[in-house]
Amino acid sequence: MDAGLRPQLLVIGASAGGVSALQRALAALPAALACPVLVVLHVPRDRPSRIAELLDPTTALQVREAEDKQPLETGTVTFAPPDYHMLVEDRGTLALSLDEPVLFSRPAIDPLFESAAAVFGEGVLAILLTGASSDGSEGVAAVRQAGGLAWLQCPDDAEASMMPASALQRAGADAVLTLDEICECLKELR
Amino acid sequence: MNEQELFDLELKLLVDAIYQRYHYDFRNYAVSSLRRRMQQAMQRYDCPRLSDLQHRLLHEPELFTQAMQFFTVQVSEMFRDPSYFLALRQHAVPVLKTYPSIKVWVAGCSTGEEVWSLAILLHEEGLLDRSIIYATDINPAALAAAESGTYGIDRIASFSRNYLQAGGQRSLSDYYVTGYDGAAFDRSLRRNVVFADHSLATDTVFSEVHLVSCRNVLIYFNRPLQDRAVGLFREALVHRGFLGLGSKESLQFGEHGNAFEITAREQRLYRKAA
Repeated sequence: MDAGLRPQLLVIGASAGGVSALQRALAALPAALACPVLVVLHVPRDRPSRIAELLDPTTALQVREAEDKQPLETGTVTFAPPDYHMLVEDRGTLALSLDEPVLFSRPAIDPLFESAAAVFGEGVLAILLTGASSDGSEGVAAVRQAGGLAWLQCPDDAEASMMPASALQRAGADAVLTLDEICECLKELR
Repeated sequence: MNEQELFDLELKLLVDAIYQRYHYDFRNYAVSSLRRRMQQAMQRYDCPRLSDLQHRLLHEPELFTQAMQFFTVQVSEMFRDPSYFLALRQHAVPVLKTYPSIKVWVAGCSTGEEVWSLAILLHEEGLLDRSIIYATDINPAALAAAESGTYGIDRIASFSRNYLQAGGQRSLSDYYVTGYDGAAFDRSLRRNVVFADHSLATDTVFSEVHLVSCRNVLIYFNRPLQDRAVGLFREALVHRGFLGLGSKESLQFGEHGNAFEITAREQRLYRKAA
């Protein structure tokens, strides 16, 4: 499905069980992917995260942790840093914020997805993976309402089913896929 | 025009209206987080549309005062990012010690946690008596809280932990007394602190300073306003003065990047280039 899909922005959210799921998903991304990739993984707020250095060698793209007002660049995967929300400021720029945690999480997925939808509209592809939280549901709704696409990991396939199940119930989805299927689709992105 | 474009139009009108009505300038605040906070304000004040909120804010000054919290974010803790304060002790204090009098500017001081932290640090380094700390913010309620130096007891444990990690030489409890209202910090620490209303968006430089600490303020500004603010710091700082930013803030994407050199990369401590 969706062979040759060309999103303008790819956003991914994951929580419990997310490290290994992200490792697989990001490894599936083609080196020539023509859009920036932004990721929120729920991480503890009180210590540095090593997720970017951990995953950098496992993908064809450059993996980094966000800084405020960093340019959005193709060829990169940018993770939200611990204790900051990461948002899309405009078509070329990221922003960070210390606004209230969402469902006890900072970073949280909703602010990323909602801001991506506000700026990129139908150009957004959002993927929500495993997690034991309902963060991401509002974000998926915003993405879909703005005409973007949302793929959810099939709750039965997810290490923690609550996050994709909650989003499915709240907002529906453009596709509900196993992680294997998500990886196959990601390989086809341009 | 779709819903999103309409909302963004209303947002632009709202910040313009507030500027004209109250002279608070949020026109160059980062729009991504402002959108979210305005949605929260709409919920809080039961306004279905942003223009409904605008109507109320224009006609009810006391509501605007209350709603300031939705425009400016008040998140701080004492000795937040302890390694920043360690870096100050290590790199900035030896230089500050060479001056007969020292001026420090805490820009966007919010409820003052950082002001009191710096006062304690300067006190322990034997510098507080010959220092002036300018603590500025646009939010009068935040400034009043900063000046009172009273914080909830529930926050003290993390403040104490940070203090020790930040190279604190005593026990944080030496600096406060607890009462009904919480932990009140020692008034003598604020002898040389000047709390003042100042806007990085509309005001100019008011003094020459040796250190500017402005952490997690610039993240709420768009790039042109960031450039304005950093331009003020550049102008205010003495030759080779220090600038400290929040842990995910950077000078590298702005127009003043070349005017500063990095003193401690991870801790975001910069020094005005020679």
